[in-house]
Amino acid sequence: MIAEAGHFALILGLVIAFVQGTLPLFGASRNNYGLMALATSSAHAQFFAVSLSFLCLMYSFLISDFSVVNVALNSHTLKPLIYKITGVWGSHEGSMLLWVTILALFGIAVAIFGNNLPDTLKARVLAIQGLIGSAFIGFILLTSNPFNRLDPAPAQGNGLNPILQDPGLAFHPPFLYLGYVGFSVAFAFAVAALIEGRVDPPWARWVRPWTLAAWCSLTIGIALGSWWAYYELGWGGWWFWDPVENASFIPWLLGTALLHSAIVVEKRDALKSWTIFLAILTFSSALLGTFLVRSGILTSVHAFATDPERGIYILLLFVLITGGSLFLYAIRGSVLKGGGLFSPISREGALVLNNLLLTTSAAVVLLGTLYPLLLDAVGGGKVSVGPPFFNATFVPLMVPVLLCCAIAGMMTWKRADLLGVLQRLRFVALTAVIVTLVVMWLQGTRAILPAMALGVAAWLIIGSAVQIAERIGLFKISLINSLKRASGMPRAAWGMAIAHSALGIFVIGVTASSAWKIEMIQLMKPGEIILVDDYKITFLGTSNIKGPNYSGIQGQFEVNVGGDVISMLKPEKRRYKAERSETTEAAILTTLKGDLYGVLGEESGVGAWSTRFYFNPLVSWIWAGALLMAIGGLISLTDRRLRVGAPKLASKPISHAAK
Amino acid sequence: MGPKSRRLSFILIIMMLLGISVALVLAALKDNIVYFYSPTELLMKEPPMGQRLRVGGLVKQGSYLLENDGITSRFVITDKKSEVTATHKGVLPDLFREGQGVVGEGHFNKNRIFEAEKVLAKHDENYMPPEVAEALQKNGVWKGSKKP
Repeated sequence: MIAEAGHFALILGLVIAFVQGTLPLFGASRNNYGLMALATSSAHAQFFAVSLSFLCLMYSFLISDFSVVNVALNSHTLKPLIYKITGVWGSHEGSMLLWVTILALFGIAVAIFGNNLPDTLKARVLAIQGLIGSAFIGFILLTSNPFNRLDPAPAQGNGLNPILQDPGLAFHPPFLYLGYVGFSVAFAFAVAALIEGRVDPPWARWVRPWTLAAWCSLTIGIALGSWWAYYELGWGGWWFWDPVENASFIPWLLGTALLHSAIVVEKRDALKSWTIFLAILTFSSALLGTFLVRSGILTSVHAFATDPERGIYILLLFVLITGGSLFLYAIRGSVLKGGGLFSPISREGALVLNNLLLTTSAAVVLLGTLYPLLLDAVGGGKVSVGPPFFNATFVPLMVPVLLCCAIAGMMTWKRADLLGVLQRLRFVALTAVIVTLVVMWLQGTRAILPAMALGVAAWLIIGSAVQIAERIGLFKISLINSLKRASGMPRAAWGMAIAHSALGIFVIGVTASSAWKIEMIQLMKPGEIILVDDYKITFLGTSNIKGPNYSGIQGQFEVNVGGDVISMLKPEKRRYKAERSETTEAAILTTLKGDLYGVLGEESGVGAWSTRFYFNPLVSWIWAGALLMAIGGLISLTDRRLRVGAPKLASKPISHAAK
Repeated sequence: MGPKSRRLSFILIIMMLLGISVALVLAALKDNIVYFYSPTELLMKEPPMGQRLRVGGLVKQGSYLLENDGITSRFVITDKKSEVTATHKGVLPDLFREGQGVVGEGHFNKNRIFEAEKVLAKHDENYMPPEVAEALQKNGVWKGSKKP
């Protein structure tokens, strides 16, 4: 019954989304306020219908209703409660339902917070969202209905892939989708602006918070995913430049560019056409990401069960949405011309450079990801493009981004004094050079690249700090006055400084963990001792363990530093009975200077076990940096200027390009 | 600077960036792509020793064994027509199993043994890497539909 209710609610959602996507558009072109108002009410109704459908699926999972195919394939009565809930989006069908639920959530959010949007713009934005929604709900109903029944119902389910039964991965998809789908708001605003034929600073003030929120979620989502890969896959690595990883990273790069170009539209009324284009590209890349992951056309270490047929449908949606919006851009983009002039050396110029580099690097990552597909299509053989390609192309493009990051924040709008800025940063530059030299002195000249990377990170972190210090007049005026200025400083400025220095922290983590990683593979008998970095590790033995839905073997390793036992590492090999598969659970000792990472391998027959230990220096700085970046974004989001619903300036458009 | 020369300098910067990135991509593509071979293709093409490549197929039943050092595993990758002996030093992925699909990335040593530095078996046991599926289909071994 409940499953049928969910199915029906989803069909209802489709009908409402279609109404939301069509009538308000018509109303907006005819200035019919009744039809335009329909957008708001149908956005509410769509959210209730779709989320009801989602709750119905969740309920089926909670009561383990195995007469529903999706539940039977992905759940099991013995599965812990939390994974019964997260199992809802563990399958393709469920995750697509989550996708449209989040889309409807953003729809209702725009409807509620967008009260002060001009009527036509609001109607059009919601209509575009409705059209995207109806396309994807249609996709679910036609190809991947999660409510299909199974007759006769099996007594027990297949269980969820054990590798997905993990807190890191449980919350990775919702955050990722909040990011992916969040960019649909920017997209809808862009398309609506193209239809309206106007983009002005208030428009950017509406778009930026949505983009920022989506960007923060995507940042957290990607970080969760890589953290999961790090501790769950047992390879000691955290990023493999795998197609599925790239599929989430490309929208992040473009979203970051969009975030920065929207500032220029807002502050200087320039780069309008480019920003619209970027908004379209960002959401399109999110769609492309969904397609790549769901179709399984690329070999990926993260590939889950996929179906090429569904891939084709998503590809079709991608072509329709992207092609349609780009076509609209081609015929309407010219009305958006105009805006403030600026010299190449200015804050705007720096942001343009940031945008060019970020989009170029996104294009490079895209090319590397799709290259195997392209080459295969022209009969060039089967290839894979791995980390060496991306290290050789992406990293050089990022270096100028990082270097400019600290400079740009100090440049003034319209025309900046580059020499003056560099002069103000000379001590920061000096510190960066000293950091580089010290690292090279400690680690030898072979470490020249990592040493330079750490220098760049120091430049970024200290540069951001100096920026704040200058703004609040630290040490120039009394401390009290400085603090007063600090509290009066716009939150967006704090957000920027935090996010930029977080980038520096991230760079430190990446550099140290890849340059000075220690890896040891060996056979160990109980009682044997190995040395990893400063750690003396003694293998004590193994024991059998039993969990709620698995059994397995646990190894015990005593970790000794300078004669003191500081920890026990207990890596496990688990065997999940219902799913008939094994997982490796790495044991990780996280300290400030790095992670000691242990994996238990196979028994070799003579009572000895193959074991693997890694020491990953400063690796947790990677996720700390990513988290801090998202926090910086959130702080910026609370800026009064951007607070959703605040843009009162709308009443007085600064420039109206449509002539 | 007038608007004209301003625009010109922007265009120059963009062209320069594009040029640099195209050069980077071309250089990287030349050196850093890894070709995939099935065991049969390996017999026909004989890639030079030491070249980095991927080999994929099924792990032959009964071929897996652990060498005396206890951490190097040895197995045979087959497409049911030809076979390649492979070794891997370290811990194999959880889903590595005889009779299942596998992709190894590494190089051939002087004894024509494939030393795999990376072994990929999938998170999902129903999953067959597309290259492996195609290589097997080519040999008429694996008759599964598109969806294994």
